[in-house]
Amino acid sequence: MITFILKRLGSGIVVLFAVSILVFSLLYVSSGSIARNIVGDQATPEQVALKETELGLDQPILTRYLDWVVNALQGDLGASWFTSEPVADALATRIPVTMTMVVAAMLLISIIATLIGVAAAVKRGWVDRTVQVGAIIGDSIPGFVIGIILVTILAIQMGLFPATSTISPGAGADAWVLSLTLPVIALLINGVTGGAQQIRSAVIKQLERDYVRTLRSRGIQEREILFKHVLRSAAPAGLTVLSLQLIGMLGGVVIIEQIFALPGMGPLAVAATGQSDQPVVMGVVMYTVAVVIFVNLIVDLLNGWLNPKVRAS
Amino acid sequence: MSESVETSALTPLPGTTGQTGTVVRSTVLKRLFKNPLGILSMIILLTMGLLAAFADVLAPFEENFANISKTLAAPDSVNILGTDSSGRDVWSRLLFGAQLTLLSALLCAAVAIVIGLPAGLIAGYYAGKFEAMSNWVVSILMSLPGLIVLLTVRAAFGPSVWIAMLFLGILLSPSYFRLTRSAVQSVRNELYVDAARVSGLSDLSIITRHIFSVVRAPIIIQTAAIAGVAIAIQSGLEFLGLGDPSKASWGVMLSEGFKNVYLTPSLLFWPAFAMALTIGALVLLGNAIRDALEDQEKIKHRRKKAHEAEDAASASAAKAASKTVAAVEAGTEHHLVKVTNLGVGYPQADGSVKKVVDDVSFHVDRGEILGIVGESGSGKSQTAFSILGLLPDTARIVGGAIQFDGNYTVAPGEDNVSQERLSKLRGKRISYIPQEPMSNLDPAFTIGYQLVTPMVRVLGISKSEATKRAMKLLSDVGIVNPDRTFKAYPHEVSGGMAQRVLIAGAISCEPDLIIADEPTTALDVTVQADVLDLIRDLQRRLGVGVILVTHNFGVVADLCDRVVVMQNGRLVEEGPVRDILREPEERYTQTLLASMLEGKEPMSMLVPSSAKENVL
Repeated sequence: MITFILKRLGSGIVVLFAVSILVFSLLYVSSGSIARNIVGDQATPEQVALKETELGLDQPILTRYLDWVVNALQGDLGASWFTSEPVADALATRIPVTMTMVVAAMLLISIIATLIGVAAAVKRGWVDRTVQVGAIIGDSIPGFVIGIILVTILAIQMGLFPATSTISPGAGADAWVLSLTLPVIALLINGVTGGAQQIRSAVIKQLERDYVRTLRSRGIQEREILFKHVLRSAAPAGLTVLSLQLIGMLGGVVIIEQIFALPGMGPLAVAATGQSDQPVVMGVVMYTVAVVIFVNLIVDLLNGWLNPKVRAS
Repeated sequence: MSESVETSALTPLPGTTGQTGTVVRSTVLKRLFKNPLGILSMIILLTMGLLAAFADVLAPFEENFANISKTLAAPDSVNILGTDSSGRDVWSRLLFGAQLTLLSALLCAAVAIVIGLPAGLIAGYYAGKFEAMSNWVVSILMSLPGLIVLLTVRAAFGPSVWIAMLFLGILLSPSYFRLTRSAVQSVRNELYVDAARVSGLSDLSIITRHIFSVVRAPIIIQTAAIAGVAIAIQSGLEFLGLGDPSKASWGVMLSEGFKNVYLTPSLLFWPAFAMALTIGALVLLGNAIRDALEDQEKIKHRRKKAHEAEDAASASAAKAASKTVAAVEAGTEHHLVKVTNLGVGYPQADGSVKKVVDDVSFHVDRGEILGIVGESGSGKSQTAFSILGLLPDTARIVGGAIQFDGNYTVAPGEDNVSQERLSKLRGKRISYIPQEPMSNLDPAFTIGYQLVTPMVRVLGISKSEATKRAMKLLSDVGIVNPDRTFKAYPHEVSGGMAQRVLIAGAISCEPDLIIADEPTTALDVTVQADVLDLIRDLQRRLGVGVILVTHNFGVVADLCDRVVVMQNGRLVEEGPVRDILREPEERYTQTLLASMLEGKEPMSMLVPSSAKENVL
């Protein structure tokens, strides 16, 4: 068990390094004119050269990368080239907002999609048809368009929720709840419709398995078969779907935050992207990939716990 | 839709053998055109494509032409959908936006195909190091959040939608890779590829000829999905203001509308509508193709079965003329099981009922082993499952009755097995030994758990008591180390051992009737004899009634007291085993007996008379 975790952590670190090299080299492409952009059009060539030296842009890429890695390993992700705010601080103030939404949306998706998916698989009939139609509609409307619709109707026209976030450093819990309700709904609708559809087919597949018939022949009641055996066997498929949804959501939340003017990672990432603010972009990407690696590790562990065959290998 | 399925099932397909690729494609297309949603989606996509292609001609204004004196105007005869905050024509921008959006979706899908398809072909066909390496790359690509990567790409390369879509295509290529690889893997070892290899075709033409025809339809489905994703992500980037501001796109229009949401919320509607319509059509198209493919499978399956049912129907029609459906006779209460004129059928979409069991009657007494013999599709398993009450949900009892120990589980006139009555009997008085041992144990639970739980639930005994009994049962069925098997998971034991476990489970609650469905078919020949011995032993010791479903007359001769021969859903012959084996009256029984391999002379095929002697 411990060796398994260590192995997965090890491969996670390898991935993290691979991504950091990739992103760093990508960003190197755009760093030619960055000093000029920072100091402005009016600056003299000397000022530009000075800025380049200050940011280390005159160094070869390998030196720059190694510097970044050594600092990053000590928890120093550098500072924004434009605002001089340390990247680690910027992330620390914004991650709570973003992750609150993502975690809340994922929890709700897991529960609602499982309930609906199982109901559709067991009851079939109109429940099933509704889930199928819902999946088509959910697939057709991108999450951020749902966000726009929600904010237009529920916040702007009906005034039920604030149209822009009221979260601030000193804000109370009610500000958080009111500001995050619509964004979370916007995030979870696609997840629920898609997830329910996938969980439905996973459950149907399990219900057709031979061992279910044998359990019935042994006098085990239908409810126990469904909740103890079928759901457990269908869970790995559901977990895979949910983890893919989470990966997608880490991107989708950027747009949602922009729509609701939330002080999360999204606006930071968008601003940094527009300016090619390399330290900030690196920080956002590395944080996101680290979250994904962590989630994948958890999913692997859960799968091992659910399936003894995986556990053994 | 199901109606169209039925009608096309009746018309024979030309050349269903050989050339499967082209036949599959043409019928799938035909079915696609019969699906209203499929047609609708294709019309929408075609219209979108034409509007985009002729945007330059159709649009009344340039995409960036701004009439500053007419901003946020309501629709009129000049600007049919109104104008935005810079006085640009919404309709024109919608058309140019369609052009950009559709082209970028196409680019993304094309890149993903160009990378994913060959990589999947190579990985699936040659496996080895390339596959291991590409699997690693795939797992990395799949764990990268697309939008975040595209933000990085934007930071590096500036606001080009084409570069963004190139990278998105790379990110999405794993879906084609995985699809192609698994399709190739499943086809790789199939006979026709081997045959092609023997006939001297090069690897390349093997791949293009055979495998490409297999993955073609799934790739179209995948492309529809990926195009939808590309449109959503591309619009998202544009909405964030990270696209090229000089180009009209649906995402930019949404962002423009959102900025003016307090003044003119209707500006939001058109781009959102266009986006939902296009992605929705793609989703529907993908679903329609998938449905068409699945129907294809079903019909192949159904046509085969329909054939059998037809034969059965015509045969039973002849019999029914001389026989009237009798009420259950009195004085049969002493039989453990009495099946009377049983019929089982599956209602079809066109209202007819396909009978798989027709007018079957027999009985089983306590302490007796009854064999039900027949080839696959003869209805023998369906008969057994009706006694157990474990028919598929769609099955109906279309005639007759079943009694268990003097009580009806299916009363005359009922069209379903009464679950209420049977749930009290199943596990407790009637139990079941399945055919395939491995798939009949839940892989997620230990063997011990799967033995103990039914005893706790059915007999109401304590867990520790049930554990004690389970150990005893395991050694009773000949497992040498019950303790180890008890703790093992199903995948840790052999097939023969798993079958012993299932037999232990079947006798654990001391039933009166055991229904064994081909209990030895999935086992090695050496293990088969052991398992048959075990069943005979247990049957004698416990004095239970056994219904043994099998296609093997050897097993019948070995174990059974009486035998029922079934063909095409009806009963052909019934009697004591010795009589049937010595003097089979029906031709079908003779053929079945003759097809046995045991004790045959080499090269003598299907000679009934010699077979009979050899069997006995």
